Amino acid sequence: MELNILTLIYLIASVTFIIGLKMLSNPAAARKGNLVAAGGMTLAIIGTIFLYKDDAGERLHNYGWIFAGLAIGGIIGTLAAKKVKMTAMPEMVSLFNGMGGACAALISLVEFNHIAHQLSVNNSSEYIRQIQPTVLIIALGLIIGSVSFAGSMIAWGKLNGRIKDFSFPGQNILNLVFLAIALGAAVYLVIDPTQSYLLYVILLISLVYGVLFVMPIGGADMPVVISLLNSFTGVAAACGGFLYDNKVMLTGGILVGAAGTLLTMLMCKAMNRSLKNVLIGSFGGNKTQVAGDAGPQGHFKEISLTDAAMVMSYANKVIIVPGYGLAVAQAQHSCHELEKILNDKGVEVIYAIHPVAGRMPGHMNVLLAEADVAYEKLQEMEQANDEFKTADVVLILGANDVVNPAAKTDPASPIYGMPILEVEQAKTVIVNKRSMKPGYAGIENDLFFQPKTSMLFGDAKKVLQDLCAEVKNV
Amino acid sequence: MENILEWIHANQQIIYIVILMIFVGIEVIGRVPSVLHTPLMSGANAIHGVVIIGAIIVMGKAEANNYLALILGFLAVILGTLNVVGGFVVTDRMLEMFKGKKTVQKK
Repeated sequence: MELNILTLIYLIASVTFIIGLKMLSNPAAARKGNLVAAGGMTLAIIGTIFLYKDDAGERLHNYGWIFAGLAIGGIIGTLAAKKVKMTAMPEMVSLFNGMGGACAALISLVEFNHIAHQLSVNNSSEYIRQIQPTVLIIALGLIIGSVSFAGSMIAWGKLNGRIKDFSFPGQNILNLVFLAIALGAAVYLVIDPTQSYLLYVILLISLVYGVLFVMPIGGADMPVVISLLNSFTGVAAACGGFLYDNKVMLTGGILVGAAGTLLTMLMCKAMNRSLKNVLIGSFGGNKTQVAGDAGPQGHFKEISLTDAAMVMSYANKVIIVPGYGLAVAQAQHSCHELEKILNDKGVEVIYAIHPVAGRMPGHMNVLLAEADVAYEKLQEMEQANDEFKTADVVLILGANDVVNPAAKTDPASPIYGMPILEVEQAKTVIVNKRSMKPGYAGIENDLFFQPKTSMLFGDAKKVLQDLCAEVKNV
Repeated sequence: MENILEWIHANQQIIYIVILMIFVGIEVIGRVPSVLHTPLMSGANAIHGVVIIGAIIVMGKAEANNYLALILGFLAVILGTLNVVGGFVVTDRMLEMFKGKKTVQKK
């Protein structure tokens, strides 16, 4: 009876995951979808704790440990998720993803120890043949979980700036060698499960591989990598589903594995690049070299705050193009402030949002929404590109690669073919940056040297605050 | 060859689930607007936290004198819970902002 109820609970949970994901891909229902999936998860967890029985019909014990673990994880998780700044969201997702990967790896370790213990009592070839599929699943779960954990930690470190890009010649080949060793060791372990030391070899090599895999990939590509690691962890969770013949882990894991892979590809498509291109790091990894080749070129002109304020106050239409610089400076509120002041002066203000502006798709929408910018003022790329022709002033706040005309004109450029915001169609372009340093892709931007462009150097928040004050005085 | 066919036969249920879930996963998010990429990723991240169930089973089955299993299982439960709780809360916070936008709109 109890097991039947548990089966029903797992069934319901699996369905909530599917419905939740479906709702998450629709703006109006997204938040409810998240809650639906969370509800299903809670049900599955509670059901497992109180109703689970193993094949021998034995219940779970160690309730003290389980509840202590749930409480500690729950409290830390909630606090961390509530406290984190909106700009640091991508890091947080990466961190949580790593935790899931580590969890899957730990399960594999414990389960293998269990098997190793059994083997020390009974190592007949009959028994070995019986457990071989289980060992294979354990090894796979361990490899995928550890790679996901190590990779996510590196991605986390890179996004918050603690870890720099690092690559050396032949790294890709070395990575493949590590992967081959891990897989080879796994195969060998399946053939001869008594060689239990191999499990630790697999663990170590997989961790190293995870680190080396993410190390050379540029920071701008991190969302893609996190999304990929996300689907890895999904597959690792599905391995757990195989292990315990647990359908909810299986469906949840595979669902995320498949959806995550598709999402990864969609993100690549938004940047008009292939996944292979991102992973081998054709410009993420070689960025110093590319930047060195190009070097600064031509002259750019600076504009004073007063002049900028003047131009904007007398414009009919101003389009703001936000980028990562806005996020770093936490300038979204000042940006909204400027928008309001300009509105009061009868200037039409809209925002042009590039799909990959910032460090994650949708990053800018979240950020500006936090500052109460009205939804209809945010224009997606296609709409915005129609608007630029009629705009008097385009104010670019810390965006660079997404407005680089080289993507359209220079086939040699690493970002050639990426759809961009065509800001150069506006009458005047004002670019706020901290310095002339190239953007994340590490390439020069011709836009900055065009006659209609002027530069307004400084931290986005400071500049916007000063601009607000100046505009008020005009 | 016979072994493989036998394995497929013995595990056909699971194989069906895997194949169907792959299609469901792809189908379900096929038309997601790019604005929602990040929250969707974060939501999916929380859902694979279902691995916590494996951790609970490991923990619940560990014998009282097997300290390695107890410690590793305990860690796994903590990490899995972090993934689930943190994942859902972060996603909710992101989506809350999208909602905030709409209430402003209505006013």
